[in-house]
Order: sequence, then structure tokens, then C-alpha cells
Amino acid sequence: MSVDQSAGARQSAADPTPEQARVLARSPAECLRHGMLGAIPFLLVLLPFGMLFGVVANETGLNLPQVLGFAILVLAGASQFTAVQLLGEHTPAIIVIASALAVNLRMAMYSASMVPWVGEASARDKGLMAYVLIDQTYALAIQHYEANPRLRLDQRLAYFFGAAITACVPWVVACALGFTLGRAIPESWALDFALPITFLAMVAPMLRTPAHIAAALTSIICSLAFSGLPSGLGVLLAAPVAMAVGVWVEIWTERRKAGA
Amino acid sequence: MMIASDLTIWLVILSLGLGTFLLRWSFLGAIGTRQLPGWASRALRYTAVAVLPALVAPLVVWPAATGGQPDPARLTAAAVTLIVGLWTRNLLYAVIAGMIALFGTLYLWA
Repeated sequence: MSVDQSAGARQSAADPTPEQARVLARSPAECLRHGMLGAIPFLLVLLPFGMLFGVVANETGLNLPQVLGFAILVLAGASQFTAVQLLGEHTPAIIVIASALAVNLRMAMYSASMVPWVGEASARDKGLMAYVLIDQTYALAIQHYEANPRLRLDQRLAYFFGAAITACVPWVVACALGFTLGRAIPESWALDFALPITFLAMVAPMLRTPAHIAAALTSIICSLAFSGLPSGLGVLLAAPVAMAVGVWVEIWTERRKAGA
Repeated sequence: MMIASDLTIWLVILSLGLGTFLLRWSFLGAIGTRQLPGWASRALRYTAVAVLPALVAPLVVWPAATGGQPDPARLTAAAVTLIVGLWTRNLLYAVIAGMIALFGTLYLWA
């Protein structure tokens, strides 16, 4: 956080570039539209992913209100999949909830890193922002704020809510559409494997550092070793061990770099 | 295939919805500008790579659709997804490649 702020302070001391000046001159309504446009590429992922959730939820036996409940009230793809997968495996509710919440822990980090940019907003606006703070809106907004540190608060908020409209409304529609189409999909499509493929596709791009790779490998080894335990418990035990290994490898790599 | 009762499912939806909102709201709404302890922000970086592989690994190695027997088509599809994901750093390409690998191998084996 402190890094973001100091970078912002350095930037704003200099004169804005012509591109930055154009962005700064936008009215809140224009910022909203700009945010809506900026989030459009995310739909390439969100639409198929949401439809897949609808299909998997259908296979597991959920009804349409429940699918909409997940899409609107939870609004977080990976944790929705986690919950539905575990519900289909006779997992006790408390373990389903704990595992799916563990998937969403990263959102506390997003929340923390938004504070320097929008901390002055009203409680109502911050509540609304928290509701639509998903991977995509976070990534897009932070990138925009860092590129244009002199934006006013109202411009920042408008941009964020614009991105949220584009990302979140189609998400709900896609989940419902997937549920409706799911009934027509034959067994031979092997949709049981759609979830593993989607999760692997999410994880692979995150494996940027040795620490991330070590955490992922630990997670795999532990979950296979704990697979005899009641459903869902293996994940809950494997995750903290893997996180600890990630932190340990990160510290170790930093020390080695500092020493070299 | 569904076993959980309607009530259980709604309990999960409501608790997960509330919990997720509180995670998103935590710093923005309640904690404000107080800094996260160093170890916590470090650990949070690894939540996704610590949780998702643990969910997937048993499904890849012992898929329910084949009665828990390791299945060449699914193992191949998982490997292809991972490799394309590492290579392109793009979720969508990795999903498409994995699906093609799965259908391709299932078709060849059938």
C-alpha cells in the first residue's frame, strides 16, 4: 500500500502526460462509460465460466433460484464452483462454507489495496464497492488508478462502478443461461471434468514465482495424501500447509537474493 | 445426484455470500488504513495457489466418472491445460486447449 501511495505522490508532482490529461478531464459519467468499455475483454472469460457454473450446478441438482442465489449473493466464480463441487460430495455445510471462504481470502487483500485510492468515499459507496470487488474489477481499477494517480475520488468511483456493471451483470445472466442449457447437454460431453480444467487454467497463470510453484505442489501432495479423510477436510488441511510453504520459500528466495 | 437438502444449500449460499462480502468489505469499510501485518499479506498471496490445486488434484487422479480409476483422457487433458496455461498465461486459451484434449482423447479411446 505504501508503495502505491509514494508512487502516486511522485507521479502527481510531475505534469500529467497528454493521455493522463485526457483521462483527468473526464466527467464522472464519462468515467463510468470508460470503465464499462475497459471491462469488456473480461467477458471472454466470465461468460463461458459463468455458463459452466450453471451447467455444473444443474448436474449437481441445484434449482434456478439457488443458482441465482450463488451468482448474485456470492458473486465469486472459484468459490461458487468449490461450494457446488463439495455439496455434490456429501460434504457437511460447515466444511463447504469454510473451504469456499478460504478460496475468497484473497479478496481481503484486494480490499486492503483499494484503501489508499478510495478510502475517503462514503460508507454507502464503500459498501457497494465491496459487493462488486471481484478479481476483474479490482485488477482493472488498480491498474487505472496507478496509471492516473491524479484522478478525483468521484472519477475513481465512477470508473470502478462502470467496470462492475460490465463484469457482474453478464456473470449472473451467464450462470442462469448455463443452468437452462445444462439440461440439454448429453453425458458423453464429460462435463464432470469441466471444473478441474477450469481450475487448472486459473492456477497455471498464477505460477509466476518459485514460491507459488512450491505452494501449488505442496497443495497437490497434501490433498492426495489426505484424500482418505472425510470429503472437504483434505482441502482445509492442505491449504494452510501450502500457504506456509509459499511464505517460507518467498522469504528464503529473498534472503538468497539479498545475500548474493 | 444431489444429496444436500434445499435448506443446507441455502445455508451455504447465505453464509458464503455474507462471509465473502465481509472479506471484501474488511479493509475498505472497517479496518481502514491500518496496515495488514507483514506475515498476513504474504500468506494471502498464496491462498489461490494453495486451495485450488488441493481441490483439483483428487478429481484429476481419481475421477468419479470412471469409478475412481485413473483415466488417460482426463490425465492428458489436465496436463495440456496446465502446460497451455503456463505458456500463454491466459485462462481462456488453457480452458479451450484442455477441452479439446479431453474430447480428442476420449474420442480416440472410444
